[in-house]
Amino acid sequence: MATFSEYIAQNEERDGVRFSWNVWPSSRLEATRMVVPVASLLTPLKERTDLPPIQYEPVLCSRATCRAVLNPLCQVDYRAKLWACNFCYQRNQFPPSYAGISEVNQPAELLPHFSTIEYVVQRGPQMPLVFLYLVDTCMEDEDLQALKESLQMSLSLLPPTALVGLITFGRMVQVHELGCEGISKSYVFRGTKDLNAKQLQEMLGLTKSSGAQGRGPQTPQQPLSNRFLQPVQKIDMNLTDLLSELQRDPWPVTQGKRPLRSLGVAMSIAVGLLECTFSNTGARIMTFIGGPATQGPGMVVGDELKTPIRSWHDIEKDNAKFMKKATKHFEALANRASTNGHIIDIYACALDQTGLLEMKCCPNYTGGYMVMADSFNTSLFKQTFQRVFTKDVQGSFKMAFAATLEVKTSREIKVCGAIGPCVSLSTKGPCVSENEIGTGGTCQWKICGLDPSTTLALYFEVVNQHNAPIPQGGRGAIQFVTQYQHSSGQRRIRVTTTARNWADAQTQIQTIAASFDQEAAAILMARLAVYRAETEEGPDVLRWLDRQLIRLFMFHLRRSPFLQVFNNSPDESSYYRHHFNRQDLTQALIMIQPVLYAYSFNGPPEPVLLDSSSILPDRILLMDTFFQIVIYHGETVAQWRKAGYQDMPEYENFKHLLQAPVDDAQELLHTRFPMPRYIDTEHGGSQARFLLSKVNPSQTHNNMYAWGQESGAPILTDDVSLQVFMDHLKKLAVSSAA
Amino acid sequence: MNVNQHTPMASPYGQPQPGYGQPNYAPLDGGYPASYAPYNGPASAYQPGVPPQGKTLLPDQLLGPPTSAPPPVSAPQQYNQYSHSPADMQNGPPPMTQAPPRPAGSQPYGLGGGQPSYPQHYAPPPTMQQVTNQMGGMQLTSGPPTPAGLGYAPPHSSQPPISTSYQSAPQPSFTQAPPPASSAPTQPPPPNAPAASQQYYRGPPPPPHSIPPPSCAPAPPVSQSQQPFSTPQPHFSSAPPPVSQPGFPSGPPPPAQGSFPPQPTPSSSQPGSVPPPGPPPTSVTSGQYPTPIQHQQQPPDSQPSPYHSGPPPPRFQMPPTVNHLPPGPQSPPGPQGPLQQPPSPQTGYPPQQNGAFGQTRSPQAGYPGPYPVQPNYGAPAPAPAPAAPAQKRLDPDAIPSPQAPDMPAVQKSRHRIDPDAIPSPIQVIEDDKAKTNEPFVTGVRGQAPPLVTTSFHVRDQGNASPRFVRCTAYNMPCTADMAKQSQVPLAAVIKPLATLPPDENPPYMVDHGEGGPIRCNRCKAYMCPYMQFIEGGRRFQCSFCNCVTDVPPHYFQHLDHTGKRVDCYDRPELSLGSYEFLATVDYCKNNKLPQPPAFIFLIDVSYNAVKSGMVSIVCHELKSLLDHLPRENPEVDSVVRVGFVTYNKVLHFYNVKASLAQPQMLVVSDVSDMFVPLLDGFLVNVNESRQVIESLLDQIPEMFADTRETETVFGPVIQAGLEALKAADCAGKLFVFHTSLPIAEAPGKLKNREDKKLIGTDKEKSLFQPQVGFYNNLAKECVAQGCCVDLFLFPNQYVDVATLGVVPVSTGGSVYKYTYFQAQTDQERFLNDLRRDLQKHVGFDAVMRVRTSTGIRATDFFGSFYMSNTTDVELAGLDCDKAITVEFKHDDKLSEETGALMQCAVLYTSCSGQRRLRIHNMAVNCCSQLADLYRNCETDTIINYFSKYAFRGVLSNPTKAVRDTLVNQCAQILACYRKNCASPSSAGQLILPECMKLLPVYLNCVLKSDVLLPGADVSLDDRAYLKQLISCMDVADTHVFFYPRLLPVMKLESGSLPVAVRNSEERLSKGGVYLMETGLHLFLWVGASVQQELLLNLFGTPSFSQIDSSMINLPVLDNPFSQRLREIIDSFRAQRSRYMKLVVVKQEDRTELIFRHFLVEDKSASGGASYVDFLCHMHKEIRQLLS
Repeated sequence: MATFSEYIAQNEERDGVRFSWNVWPSSRLEATRMVVPVASLLTPLKERTDLPPIQYEPVLCSRATCRAVLNPLCQVDYRAKLWACNFCYQRNQFPPSYAGISEVNQPAELLPHFSTIEYVVQRGPQMPLVFLYLVDTCMEDEDLQALKESLQMSLSLLPPTALVGLITFGRMVQVHELGCEGISKSYVFRGTKDLNAKQLQEMLGLTKSSGAQGRGPQTPQQPLSNRFLQPVQKIDMNLTDLLSELQRDPWPVTQGKRPLRSLGVAMSIAVGLLECTFSNTGARIMTFIGGPATQGPGMVVGDELKTPIRSWHDIEKDNAKFMKKATKHFEALANRASTNGHIIDIYACALDQTGLLEMKCCPNYTGGYMVMADSFNTSLFKQTFQRVFTKDVQGSFKMAFAATLEVKTSREIKVCGAIGPCVSLSTKGPCVSENEIGTGGTCQWKICGLDPSTTLALYFEVVNQHNAPIPQGGRGAIQFVTQYQHSSGQRRIRVTTTARNWADAQTQIQTIAASFDQEAAAILMARLAVYRAETEEGPDVLRWLDRQLIRLFMFHLRRSPFLQVFNNSPDESSYYRHHFNRQDLTQALIMIQPVLYAYSFNGPPEPVLLDSSSILPDRILLMDTFFQIVIYHGETVAQWRKAGYQDMPEYENFKHLLQAPVDDAQELLHTRFPMPRYIDTEHGGSQARFLLSKVNPSQTHNNMYAWGQESGAPILTDDVSLQVFMDHLKKLAVSSAA
Repeated sequence: MNVNQHTPMASPYGQPQPGYGQPNYAPLDGGYPASYAPYNGPASAYQPGVPPQGKTLLPDQLLGPPTSAPPPVSAPQQYNQYSHSPADMQNGPPPMTQAPPRPAGSQPYGLGGGQPSYPQHYAPPPTMQQVTNQMGGMQLTSGPPTPAGLGYAPPHSSQPPISTSYQSAPQPSFTQAPPPASSAPTQPPPPNAPAASQQYYRGPPPPPHSIPPPSCAPAPPVSQSQQPFSTPQPHFSSAPPPVSQPGFPSGPPPPAQGSFPPQPTPSSSQPGSVPPPGPPPTSVTSGQYPTPIQHQQQPPDSQPSPYHSGPPPPRFQMPPTVNHLPPGPQSPPGPQGPLQQPPSPQTGYPPQQNGAFGQTRSPQAGYPGPYPVQPNYGAPAPAPAPAAPAQKRLDPDAIPSPQAPDMPAVQKSRHRIDPDAIPSPIQVIEDDKAKTNEPFVTGVRGQAPPLVTTSFHVRDQGNASPRFVRCTAYNMPCTADMAKQSQVPLAAVIKPLATLPPDENPPYMVDHGEGGPIRCNRCKAYMCPYMQFIEGGRRFQCSFCNCVTDVPPHYFQHLDHTGKRVDCYDRPELSLGSYEFLATVDYCKNNKLPQPPAFIFLIDVSYNAVKSGMVSIVCHELKSLLDHLPRENPEVDSVVRVGFVTYNKVLHFYNVKASLAQPQMLVVSDVSDMFVPLLDGFLVNVNESRQVIESLLDQIPEMFADTRETETVFGPVIQAGLEALKAADCAGKLFVFHTSLPIAEAPGKLKNREDKKLIGTDKEKSLFQPQVGFYNNLAKECVAQGCCVDLFLFPNQYVDVATLGVVPVSTGGSVYKYTYFQAQTDQERFLNDLRRDLQKHVGFDAVMRVRTSTGIRATDFFGSFYMSNTTDVELAGLDCDKAITVEFKHDDKLSEETGALMQCAVLYTSCSGQRRLRIHNMAVNCCSQLADLYRNCETDTIINYFSKYAFRGVLSNPTKAVRDTLVNQCAQILACYRKNCASPSSAGQLILPECMKLLPVYLNCVLKSDVLLPGADVSLDDRAYLKQLISCMDVADTHVFFYPRLLPVMKLESGSLPVAVRNSEERLSKGGVYLMETGLHLFLWVGASVQQELLLNLFGTPSFSQIDSSMINLPVLDNPFSQRLREIIDSFRAQRSRYMKLVVVKQEDRTELIFRHFLVEDKSASGGASYVDFLCHMHKEIRQLLS
């Protein structure tokens, strides 16, 4: 076990890959019996400070259907200057530049510890980064002010050559022309009428330049900017002024009405603008919204305040009349954006829902961020937004653009699909399975936005027939080729090649079982469940999951917001699922099973069970659910604090005790994206519900007397506790076995 | 009868002019005389005298002469003279010489059938001169054949006898020279007489009686004629007496009428019976006036005058006076002279009858006109020149050179009718001016105001000022049958927000408190002077519908012993014809008090607009112009907000909010579905946002300096403004500066459809119809929002004014057109128009409703507005220059006692955002006699109606049909008069009612207008432009538009304008300089042989050839002449709502063609008939109707 977990950790460290099984059953039949499929979690841009980019291009297998990249697993004939592709067994000549190759003079890609390697493509122009701000102006003045400041701040974080653009919207949509002297110009569009790219192009007067643009960004167009998208260095001041003059949407909002917000059209225009100017160039559309779209295509609720925005209840009753249309609209946009390699981020700051449910596909398909907060005037938003522009040691943004991920597999295994912030490129190939899981039917996916933590779940299928045994010692190999636009504008290719041993399930079942990566499998299954939950009816998914099962973990997953919609708005569900689908394994685990630490005078901080029994009066609890960080002061502690003991010198230790979880929380807050909601509460506090809703309700009002009053806090819920769940599960297991 | 008729005649003239009054009567008589005239004709000598007045006399003259006209020459003159004199002299003399002469005259004229008769009368053509005179008269008559000839011919014919009469004669006829004569002798009256007469007209009260006496003095004897006069006089005091009479309860009126009729007959029939004038019939007027006594007396006088003999002395004086017009009045008193003079001086007289005709040339001179008039009768009038020295004098003024040649011409051949012998507009205008020297008091019902060309002061005493309301007829026929028979249109031209001269008070504001204005419960008429308070003041009876309504407690007031409210004179609504109510919230849209209006400037910035300089001019001008937005209190800043939009294929809105450091431009490219991209900051207060606005206006020309965009949109532009106003929830005005046909893809896109081949075909009308229905719908929306559109066009080619103008026209806006706009030459005109348009008093979101008393109903409306039902005239905007012509039809009988009442209520939002109701009340008399109708009409207003009616007809009928309809109706009007009101006369006589003697000439101008008869060089756009322009013109505008003012400016005096000359090339002297204004154009015509000194004074250059005809303003030279002329030009420009660019036309220069186009009495290049020809044609038509 130890070896396997080390192996797993090492692989993850090096390649950013974790498989559910680290030894693969050698036949289809056996694989199917394993219930949990062979699958992997891939973090394509996993941060590798020790990985120097290689300044030449990868050597590809010459077989047209393969095009695998030369890797350490290939057999190389140094004398003949030949190499055999380990996927299709094609023998390939080394290119002339490899003439000096020998056992002692190996190129990096042949070194075993370079199973992951990154090439820098020298060809083609360096594309500028494009940031298009899409700003809602229907919000309170303080909010707008805070947002304006954040946006102005962001300008200083952008590389001087980056192109920026600004579109604002309220009842109307304004595309601002930048760099105008003496007068600020903008093109205004009605918020109720959708426009296609061609119309938009004409209306913006971009027709002429479009001819040149049509040939694509490959042709070095000198000024790749236009009136609406210009280099930061040039219009820095101008845009700052423009932002500072942004007014709240001036159209009157009568009482009992929501402001008219043309989000759907605005986003359509943003997508259209980039589509006709910078297609296939990395670009971010950063959408800041203060409320739901209330008119035009994409509207999710009418402007009458008396009709609330749809809830899960409405959706189940098929009573959300705008949802389908809106979803369709945003899906279409998401597809257009992803086709062109553009990212759509959504920063929604409002107390009510903003329609993330309908818009989720925009970030989900394009790898954009989805951030949900109560107000733009919160540190949650401000710091999260700032963190988007985090830079690595080289001073490059920790973000990549317009990536494509290609998967190549050995013959015995095929790829079924991917779940994560990507869209299919519909590339058929020999390694594509007919069995689709997630986004399947292709061996290439487009990931418009990537950051070092972006993680995809890839599902495979063993296709080897039972009667065609694989030779002992054979290894199945999978190569992940990620081409992307680095934030420096370079095009880069990261290649990760992994291999796992085959094992005959009948004879080596122990080995296979030992190679099981419980964590990875849990996440992979959870993603699958979430994927299904998104696309299918809720209860069915739970039932399916119950049939699959994985002990305790599943208990929490079942209760998590990813599958349970009770107590969550559709927007929240969408938000949680979005993050669940893109975060790496560690974070995903936290999401499913929050971490609970206890601080007390009894000893150093310790992790405790996520159980109501952990809630004790003399403890301070720190819970991290990924989205929230809750500090909970037990009843006694709270009383002490109220009494002000911490301010008395003789009780300095109490002061330290109070401070400890806060410090730990700060640490978490500073490293996480998006920034979690920070909640400081105490026994009986209204916000304590965040904690109470997560813990295992081992004590409830129903059974608290039975358990005696020993300790812990009863949870007022009808949910079953883990104990009950397990009992039931055991019963099921037995009965099904029988 | 005669009298009455005359009166009518006179009334037109006379009415206004008090003094004339009597004379008027005389003329009136003349009118009757019409009949007389005829009589006279027949009666030989006598006739002459009589007829004159009644009809404008043209009658006789018109006769056959029309065609032959010229021939009469010598004879005519005499006639004229005679006629006049006859009148005066009436029987006696006329018979003698006159008879002979006339015949000659008439014959010469060869008037159609008529001539024969003439001849007879004239037969005894007097001496050559006489003949010529007569001829003139004849011609006139003949030419015009109009029976009505009104004053003119008829009298003359009869009058002919007295060649001198011309000058004198006319007088006689009018004032009835006779009376003077007689009176003079007997009474000091002579002078008085005239005066008296005048008084009559004006000041009905005293004068009437007194007057009558004077003139009547003689009258008494002539019980008949006089009585009538006297009676009538009382009323209006003015000619209309008859009318007034009815109005007056006093017996006199009735009797008058009654008597009149009888009288006429008698008079006519019996020369003797009637004032001897009877015979003089022709001169009738005079004759009649004279009444028996006069006649008698006159006869002598007149005779003499006619004869030249004995009477001459006095007459001579007279004539002179006459000539001097001014003296006229005074002189009148004098001996016979006075009589004649009165006319001239008073204008009233002469004008009345002869005025137009006789004077012909001399009259043309302007003043003389009147006198000549009489001569006119004689038909030969023109010839008149020769006739009487006096005439000559007259002539001199105006058209020296032309006349001379004419004279001979006339004499030479009969074919030609001497233009001087036909009714002269100038004469009529001058007469009216002379007659008007007291304020016009509106208190008397059915009183016709002075002509629009006369400047006068108005005192509101219960009826709306003529500046607000003018009617075609101040005596409405009582029954529909009468109305139908006469064919006289019953219409009122209402200019609700007209600007008043500074010395007249604008309508007072009345606030009836929270309950709003007090109104009749049933018909909702507003409280006005016509409401009768009953039951001690507790209730009032509506005079429109007779419903009785309770007086609200807060409005209660006791009545005095006459039944008037005690506070009657404290309350404008009880004592004035025009006033305003403060409207309450009930009168507002959505029951919400209105927001202050907004002005939005929409500027075309396409290539053409930028290149022509328009964009920079507009932007530059707006900077200063914005300080002059309309406001009610000059001390306070205007509350009108402004907004700016530029456009080509797309629209650019501007945010000029005060808090911005720089303006923001918002481009809307989605023109297919227009919307306003911003709310806050689009419409701003000028003072608050001044800096931003200035910055914007500075930048606009720069921003588009390099534009390549040539396509424009138009529909979306208006939509944009409309949407902006909607969004701001206010009314307002859009100023659209546009250059080209909107061919860009957008709603309201147009294509070029100008097709000259269609002109003259049945499809021509389609060219006047909008090309697409889009703009009609848009206009409807605009009206609903109170969005008025003013369109400034700067086309270089066809822009389809007919379609683009739909919205402006339907919203009460204006269209300005600057074809081939060039900054240098057109800037001034454009900027002045813009300034004026921007600053003028304007109301928004207006609804006008005309209520009438039972019996008539407003049935049709003409103007710039929109109507969604049949009663409410909706005007998105209503400015001080817009007039609405309303046509009335009978739906029941009217009563002479109550007359006909109308109340025009305009609900509007003032420029300060106040909701108000402006009320104009108007009461006119009703008559059961056609003669009364004809006596109290206003030709200028009729023409206004006709032109609007015809121009609208062009939309649905071939233009030829429209023209024919006009001619027919006019012929029917005149034929009806001839048949029912004029005394029997030879069919060859053209007899025109005094008040309508100019109808033919003006109608001809309408027929010849570019809209109805386009020349080859007149574009479709021009026609559509004029068409819409006319549709909202008031009477003064249409008058000068159709009959331009042509002033000789060789000699200028400060303080007074030179007397205009008639619009004919032959009136122009090679050595002269003339200024012509049409309301749209201003020409300075310079003769080829103008004296160097004049040129130096004028242009600073001694040589004709060095005059730069491209100058747009006269050089500023420091000499009195130049100063004065420039003053005049400035004053002309100030009078018109549109700035007139000065065009210097050198004789023989190319530009002269354009100038000639406006010489409306001549044949036009496009085939329009000359005045003379048309008059003949008219005569023919009338005769056809009569036969």
